[in-house]
Amino acid sequence: MSAQDRTSHPPRQTRGTSAASDVVVAEDALAAGDGAGGGLGAATGSGDAGTAPDFDHSESRGDARPASFARRVLSQPVAKLGFVLTGIVLVLAVLGPFVVPAWTGHTPNSFAGKPFQGGVFGTDNLGRDVLSRFLAGGWRLLLYSALATVLGVGLGAVLGMLAAFRGGWLDALIMRCGDVLLAIPQLVFALLAVTVLGPQGWVLVLVIGVTHAPRVARVIRAATAGVVAEDYVLASQMYAVPQWKILTRDVVPNIMGPLMVEVGLRLTYSIGAVASLSFLGLGMQPPTPDWGLMINENRIALSLQPWGVILPVLAIAVLTVGTNLIADAVAGASAGRVASTGPRRSRRRAAEQAASNGAESPAGGTGSAGGTGRADGAGRSSSADAAGAADVGDTGEKRS
Amino acid sequence: MILKRLGVSVFVLLAVSLLVFVFTLLLPGDPAQAILGQQATPERLAALREQLQLNDPWYVRYLTWLGGLFVGNLGTSAATGGSVNALLASKVSASLVLMVIAAVIAIPVGLLLGTWSAMRQGRASDQALTGLSLVLAALPEFVIGVVLTTLLSTTVFRLLPSVTMAAPGTHVWDRPLQLVLPSLTLILVVVPYMIRMTRTTMIDVLDSGYVEMARLKGLPERQVVFKHALPHAVGPVAQVVAMQLAWLAGGIVVVEFLFRYPGLGQAMVDAVNTRDVQVVQALSMIIAAFYVVVNLIADVIGILANPKLRTESHS
Amino acid sequence: MRKSEQRARAEGRASVVPRATVETAIAVEHLSLGVVDGGLILDDVGFRLRPGRILALVGESGSGKTTAALACMNHLRSGLELRGGTVELQEGASRFHRKAVDLLTLSEKQMRQLRGGTIAYVPQDPALSLNGSLRVGEQIAEVLRAHEFGRNARERDARVAEVLSEVGLPSDSAYRRRFPHQLSGGQQQRIGIAMAFACRPAVIILDEPTTGLDVATQDLVLKTIYQLTTKHDVAGLYITHDLAVVAQVANDVAVMLHGRIVEDGPAEQMLRHPQHAYTRSLLSAVPDMQGARDMGGGPAVSPLASVRAPWDDGRSAATHFTADNTTPCADTSDPGSAPSEQDAAAGEAPAPTARAVTRERGAGGVVVPGQEHEPVVRLRDLRMAYGQAVILDGINLELEAGQTTMLLGESGSGKTTLSRSVAGLNDDYTGDVLLDGEVLAPSTRRRSNEQRRRIQYVFQSPFSSLNPRRSIGDSLQVPLQLGGGMNRGQRRAAVADALDAVRLGRSYIDRRPGELSGGERQRAAVARALVNAPSVLVCDEITSALDVSVQASVIELLRELQHERGLAMLFVTHNIALARHISHKLAVLERGKLVDYGPTDTVLRNPRHAYTRSLLEHVPTLEEVG
Repeated sequence: MSAQDRTSHPPRQTRGTSAASDVVVAEDALAAGDGAGGGLGAATGSGDAGTAPDFDHSESRGDARPASFARRVLSQPVAKLGFVLTGIVLVLAVLGPFVVPAWTGHTPNSFAGKPFQGGVFGTDNLGRDVLSRFLAGGWRLLLYSALATVLGVGLGAVLGMLAAFRGGWLDALIMRCGDVLLAIPQLVFALLAVTVLGPQGWVLVLVIGVTHAPRVARVIRAATAGVVAEDYVLASQMYAVPQWKILTRDVVPNIMGPLMVEVGLRLTYSIGAVASLSFLGLGMQPPTPDWGLMINENRIALSLQPWGVILPVLAIAVLTVGTNLIADAVAGASAGRVASTGPRRSRRRAAEQAASNGAESPAGGTGSAGGTGRADGAGRSSSADAAGAADVGDTGEKRS
Repeated sequence: MILKRLGVSVFVLLAVSLLVFVFTLLLPGDPAQAILGQQATPERLAALREQLQLNDPWYVRYLTWLGGLFVGNLGTSAATGGSVNALLASKVSASLVLMVIAAVIAIPVGLLLGTWSAMRQGRASDQALTGLSLVLAALPEFVIGVVLTTLLSTTVFRLLPSVTMAAPGTHVWDRPLQLVLPSLTLILVVVPYMIRMTRTTMIDVLDSGYVEMARLKGLPERQVVFKHALPHAVGPVAQVVAMQLAWLAGGIVVVEFLFRYPGLGQAMVDAVNTRDVQVVQALSMIIAAFYVVVNLIADVIGILANPKLRTESHS
Repeated sequence: MRKSEQRARAEGRASVVPRATVETAIAVEHLSLGVVDGGLILDDVGFRLRPGRILALVGESGSGKTTAALACMNHLRSGLELRGGTVELQEGASRFHRKAVDLLTLSEKQMRQLRGGTIAYVPQDPALSLNGSLRVGEQIAEVLRAHEFGRNARERDARVAEVLSEVGLPSDSAYRRRFPHQLSGGQQQRIGIAMAFACRPAVIILDEPTTGLDVATQDLVLKTIYQLTTKHDVAGLYITHDLAVVAQVANDVAVMLHGRIVEDGPAEQMLRHPQHAYTRSLLSAVPDMQGARDMGGGPAVSPLASVRAPWDDGRSAATHFTADNTTPCADTSDPGSAPSEQDAAAGEAPAPTARAVTRERGAGGVVVPGQEHEPVVRLRDLRMAYGQAVILDGINLELEAGQTTMLLGESGSGKTTLSRSVAGLNDDYTGDVLLDGEVLAPSTRRRSNEQRRRIQYVFQSPFSSLNPRRSIGDSLQVPLQLGGGMNRGQRRAAVADALDAVRLGRSYIDRRPGELSGGERQRAAVARALVNAPSVLVCDEITSALDVSVQASVIELLRELQHERGLAMLFVTHNIALARHISHKLAVLERGKLVDYGPTDTVLRNPRHAYTRSLLEHVPTLEEVG
């Protein structure tokens, strides 16, 4: 049944895409006739359903190379702001440890004076130099967050692709396990793990990565399902192309958009989660200089000596906002939001959908799947993802 | 169909309970030793082991624990030796108050702003709101909490208490002012998501063929929005709300810790610090159950709001 | 629609005396619309809608016809802006405006009074345009309420029932309480029409209202539209890309190209004596049931003799006759065997009648004893079912070299499943697919390289069948890689040759699919199927996503390729009008069963099954204009 269902749809679905494309051919036919008429030429074909015309089409038929994905991301002001914000904090956190004793005159853990004294940024609850601790206290957060992101997105992407590509019981098993994990909020799950295994670095990375995985898997599964339903994957199957080659050549390049969005989002959430755990006193342990822990240590004296709290809070805020802006820009670029000259309704819609998929709350996706209400929603988002993924390709080519 | 959803929810909860229980098996060392300390006599240790059923195989303990959950017995705290029920009883109401306040304010604000933003799509006010919600959505809870505290309590203005006081025997809500900062933090964390996702849903609906058709039928705009557009947004928006409510259940941990609010979150952090597995287990289950129930309700609303699903569920 | 009925209706149409006092309901003049900060969508468009007459606005995708129609309601989709022109609603057309008024100058509120009441709209896809959460009766009733039609609720209620029966639907309250999803596609579309006619509008705008409907339902919907507009003196604007539909419903025709109207006039004149080259090219691209006209670069494969296209009277029988000889009539025979006998016979035929006889023999030649040979592919008792649902039910089919078999069926008939079973994309069937007498494994992965090479499959949608991330060259050499034995340079050369063969040219080798138009992409997809010289080509609805002119060029390509290479072809389609143009044999599939099968001409002349007869009866064709 599904094969027929599917084939009965494409003509209508592709209508929007085909709009204007065949104008060229139609014009050829005209030229073959007597060449008169059609004053506007191919360049002004319009979207039939009232969508904006596809001017890019005729332009891109030249030799102009399509703009890279990175350039489309960067063409958005939001992305530039995001990269600047992230860059500032990154430089602080990475270079900070190297300048600490030399520049500030104190090591992070040496005593600089009485607790909560004044100074440039003053001293902390134990009389240590706030600036020194601040400069030395960022890299662990970044490292752990990055590792958790890599683990979570990697694991989630592999599971999601496998679920969509293989289908059947494996799909059901992966997604049901994901549902179970999703029912426990990320932070609560992390606390459970820390209780049992202790507040160690690898535990943080592992538990945050693992809790990301089902959320990433959902998105990637939807995106992959959209790609797998495309005929070019079926064509590769028909030509008996090895499965791994289908995955690497047909699937992965076409889900890069959603995947990059996930990287950005999960990085944002990882930073938040690692910092939150440290803030609760259950992440990095004293006397490690760490931003989250600094907030925990100094918040009692917030009114007396606010720098010990404000510096790390600012850094974390700027960092997460920066990464989230980047993620948003990537979502926009991957869904073609920035790529068309005129507002294309369908594309914009796909972009919003993709963004909403991405902007899914830390509490996780849409919960336990299975029911029709859910299946309905999942279907919607998967088709949006498919549209997004398809658009990535389209706009990728059409930008000049 | 609703029954099927219920079945799925029960299955998920059972699986969660198994997962949570398995974690305790990973705990190194002897719980009885942990409770009684290094000086405990072997006799007392043995007695406690017997009491905690540590000598039984794991599945017997799991079933006993699960059975206890069903009748509302959450187990025995390893740290205090007392009942987990007693430990958490007063905290549940404190947390609920916080969450209800946050939800009651956040849901209408989020939905209204999201809808408003969608209807003004592309204009400056929409872009400003979208940008603001993007920024707020990125911030971890404690960052928002600390900034609010700095602004309203300690440094800039000194209007509100930054920590919660509740003498034994009194309720947190006896002094309403101290609820402001924690609930405001929760609201500010939840609302941006609601705005963004409601906006997306509404844009999708307003962009649909049936809304365009309603306009082409010459219906008044109010009717177009309320009669034609909104019913289609109910299902997805219910999901958004459920997701955020479920998030609140986890988010209270950080917020309560930040404001020293005597609720479940604070209890959770304390329990983790003392490695009181029983309490952490019980809290995880409570929060997971809340998540599952809220999602189930959202699903049912989604089914009821959609005639297609509704009529199918009858047949 | 039956011929007699059609003729009677055409006569009636000519004798209709407009009851309305005005001659024009809406006059569009010098209308120009553009994308905000972009180019023009509509350029100086003008047309008039007259009471009791339907104007068909014809154009291929991207011509701006929908935009023009919506502009008649002063409805601009987001991102578009008005550049100039007027849409004048003539005096007397609406109770709100005694005098003629330019709709484009009205406020949103004033426009709202007119929309749905005075000017009504029937959308393209009722599945998207009917509100899934409202009962259908209410969706009609709310239009009446919004426009204060009738004095009270009871009158409005009566009107809902009346208009429902006018469009041929049950009007009882149980039916009115249904939700859209409980109706079929045809019923949904008639609800849409009822909604539009509810307030007795002066003008009705129909945006391809029969897209996605099967031919019988389309026929019914068209009939309803035609009756209601003439009966109530409504001025109709009918947007379509389908000239055959135009012949059925329209009194006047305007042809749009790139946002301009290139030609307009009365339907009969436009269809019989088109002046503009574009109109002529559009008309020549429309397949016709009789196969009398040339389409797709040559005369039909299995024409019905002695029938001419109505506008074809410029050519003498003699020229037509010669054309038959010069163009590949040999299509009808196996290039492997000597085609001279039939050609000679056709050439010697002195009179049209004799020609008809020969042509019939030629078309049916494949089953004449002596010419028979082993088919390349044979399907033996193919069956497939999902649980209770039977998808394929005992299919026996043969594909011969140099011959095309058309597999005709509507969506859900199992035609795609059948074609995919041949290609090895569906491994759930029972029964056998034989290639040169050898049973093939169901799954393509279990077939040998040689077997995979020999059967090639072209997908329906050219927008989905090529990986957007890979160049055309990369995508096209995949079939070559499976066999091995070729180095990179050889593969590239083979791909370049295939691109030449499909008339794309080798310069396309490094392009990405996104840079190609739909027709070009479909050619590239055909090239992929040809690159390793197959003997069987399975084409699954490969023209259904394309405009008619592109469809014609793709069919021309297929016919040439078949002629050059002697391919056995399975051409899957839902469009019976293509039958005589491309197929030697015709297989009609309904609900998984082959209900008619045989030489195309035989099946079309003497359809055995009621389903085939209903298809033949309802299919709209250009010829009906007379």
